[in-house]
Amino acid sequence: MDEDKLTKMVEESGNALIQHVPHARAIGLKIVTAKKSHAWLEVPYAPHLVGNPDTGVIHGGVITTLLDNASGVAVQLALPERSAIATLDLRIDYMRPAEPGKTIKAHAHCYKVTQNVAFVRGTAYHDENEDEPIATSVGTFMLAANRATPVAMAAQMAKALEAKDNKKGDA
Amino acid sequence: MDLLRKAREEGGTVDLNALIEAIPYAKFLGITVDQKGTEITTVLNFEEKLIGNPVLPALHGGVIGALLEMTAIIQLAYDAKGDALPKPIDITVDYLRSGRPIDTYARARVTKHGRRVANVQVEAWQEDRMKPIAAAHGHFLLAPPPESTQDAAG
Repeated sequence: MDEDKLTKMVEESGNALIQHVPHARAIGLKIVTAKKSHAWLEVPYAPHLVGNPDTGVIHGGVITTLLDNASGVAVQLALPERSAIATLDLRIDYMRPAEPGKTIKAHAHCYKVTQNVAFVRGTAYHDENEDEPIATSVGTFMLAANRATPVAMAAQMAKALEAKDNKKGDA
Repeated sequence: MDLLRKAREEGGTVDLNALIEAIPYAKFLGITVDQKGTEITTVLNFEEKLIGNPVLPALHGGVIGALLEMTAIIQLAYDAKGDALPKPIDITVDYLRSGRPIDTYARARVTKHGRRVANVQVEAWQEDRMKPIAAAHGHFLLAPPPESTQDAAG
């Protein structure tokens, strides 16, 4: 799929990707836009997400959820086809508190995909200030996570068996 | 926070259920505290809204991260002598098993409680404590005790 088509599709119906996720709905998480290997999501400020009642600052857990989800979508957009993925680990660095009342945005970039693992970086920020992050993240995701044998590996094994059989035939 | 200040001034311990009640996001997630003496276990009471993968189904990874971070904060608020909640500097979450749609428990261990920074390890599990679903370690910035001065040695 070409990139413009993908972006258009995500902007028009990308929220279908997360609408069926109960927790995404519960915190008002939205996909804003996307392109190949990149996803932009946001979560609006809401009183029930506050972690510090003295300051009104949103809890770090909300930023973890936002970056985790943005990273997962970026991985999906880096893969040739939809696959079951699972977060292996996620590190969040908190640079400054989110400002009360403001929407928190996130941009995640899946910068490397190997046969089994995808690597993602993310940034959480306000407005368009991606270079003044609230938090940054780095995470790894396991691909084809919920199958006993990943498809690619199964194909590889079949190929190896086939080669072995052919060799036997030659002998 | 008033209740942290009150606990410090009266020399008592922090009422953790009151603390949870005062944190809107903890209430929203449905986190409660099970305290036995100085042992603190947080409980993430399962609700449908915590689901991140409706196909499996599994808890949202962010929710598990949030529980681990909240558990560290509660443990530090209980141990610390400051008036404000500790602030996260960084947290790394290892996801070990998918979180099934049942209650989840977590316990934090303060590896090092420094003057300004604490290093905390947290583990979350469901039915079997020996089979953790996630583990985290992180650094938290501690609120200074009110009587301290900026240039105090320590």
